[in-house]
Amino acid sequence: MSVALAPPDWLALFLHFLMLSLLAVGGAIATAPDMHRYLVDSQHWLNDAQFTSSIAIAQAAPGPNVLFVALLGWNVGLNAGGGATAGWHAYLFALLGVFICMAGMLLPSGILTYTATRWAHQNRELRSVRAFKAGMAPVVIALLIATGWLLTVANDQPKRDWPLYALTAVVAVIVWRTRLHLLWLIAAGAVLGILGLV
Amino acid sequence: MATDNPGTTEPPNAPRSRSDLFWSFTWLALQGFGGVLAVVQRELVEKKRWLTREQFVEDWAVAQIMPGPNVVNLSMMIGDRHFGISGALAALAGMLAVPTVIVLAIAMLFATVADHPVAQQALRGMGAVAAGLIIATGIKLIAALRENVMGMAACVGLAAATFVAVAWLRLPLGWVLLVIGGGACAWAFYRLRASTATTRGDEPRSRS
Repeated sequence: MSVALAPPDWLALFLHFLMLSLLAVGGAIATAPDMHRYLVDSQHWLNDAQFTSSIAIAQAAPGPNVLFVALLGWNVGLNAGGGATAGWHAYLFALLGVFICMAGMLLPSGILTYTATRWAHQNRELRSVRAFKAGMAPVVIALLIATGWLLTVANDQPKRDWPLYALTAVVAVIVWRTRLHLLWLIAAGAVLGILGLV
Repeated sequence: MATDNPGTTEPPNAPRSRSDLFWSFTWLALQGFGGVLAVVQRELVEKKRWLTREQFVEDWAVAQIMPGPNVVNLSMMIGDRHFGISGALAALAGMLAVPTVIVLAIAMLFATVADHPVAQQALRGMGAVAAGLIIATGIKLIAALRENVMGMAACVGLAAATFVAVAWLRLPLGWVLLVIGGGACAWAFYRLRASTATTRGDEPRSRS
């Protein structure tokens, strides 16, 4: 896939991610639907397959899930450079895309978080700050368990998927009760998958 | 109540240097398949002990409520606490630099194996494990609620309501945080005055 991006387009891309950064309460993935609307439907800088595989790869790879934004930028840049077969200058464009998207996604939220948490730490004895932390604690713990639950039931055919549910439950108990290294569990999941057991 | 009381709630360890921050966060980011949070809790609370379990929950609450990627926010908060802005940048760079290179490499290779069933099956198994890691992290952190000023019963009720709203009713996160989180904060605000009035002076409740 090949598209043309003029300098004003790169600026628009940067500005769009600057805006999404401030809307990304609950994580960058919460803004993925709007990224799809902008990059795929409105600007046609990415196709659907590129968008979906960017998210899937970032989820599966090590590292924070926000790296899907780096992959979106990579693919936009690659397309702007004429596609992966166009030679080394396409990869330069791809790196530019990574930089623009990641900087846009991280700068506003990073500066805001840095400033706000400094203030909260300096005023940690304030009743309102302590009330916020105490009040939010059970909510964010429940959000974690809910996230795990939603990932599990995304496989929504119990007849086929029950071994997956069982694997999730067993892993949860192992991590809860033992200090087994997490990488062993990830590897075991991959092996069970390859063997077709889950 | 105005004095800082470090005695019971300070973590035993701290990062030694900015490069310690960088490499620690690089290492834990690289262990995080399907998200980094479970690894952060295991490494920073249980192994390195840079944070107590209670501090982790509080920091996570702040990181979650701020816009931006949660674990990236959390890494900056921890780096800043020990070495100021340069520490925040070292932790941020650790979380992103090497993992970005790796994810780009994987993306370049992916085209060759994308349709291979073995790759799909391995991803399926790893995804189930990742879900289990996240659930276990949540279960472990429930113990941190024991010292919560709202009391264990209220905490369990709030947690259950949040779970139902998000996992079963699929309500938007913003509303859940506003209604349940806002109500919880108001209740904690009230309880803090009540507990200050009754236990003033004999109960260290410093939180940092």
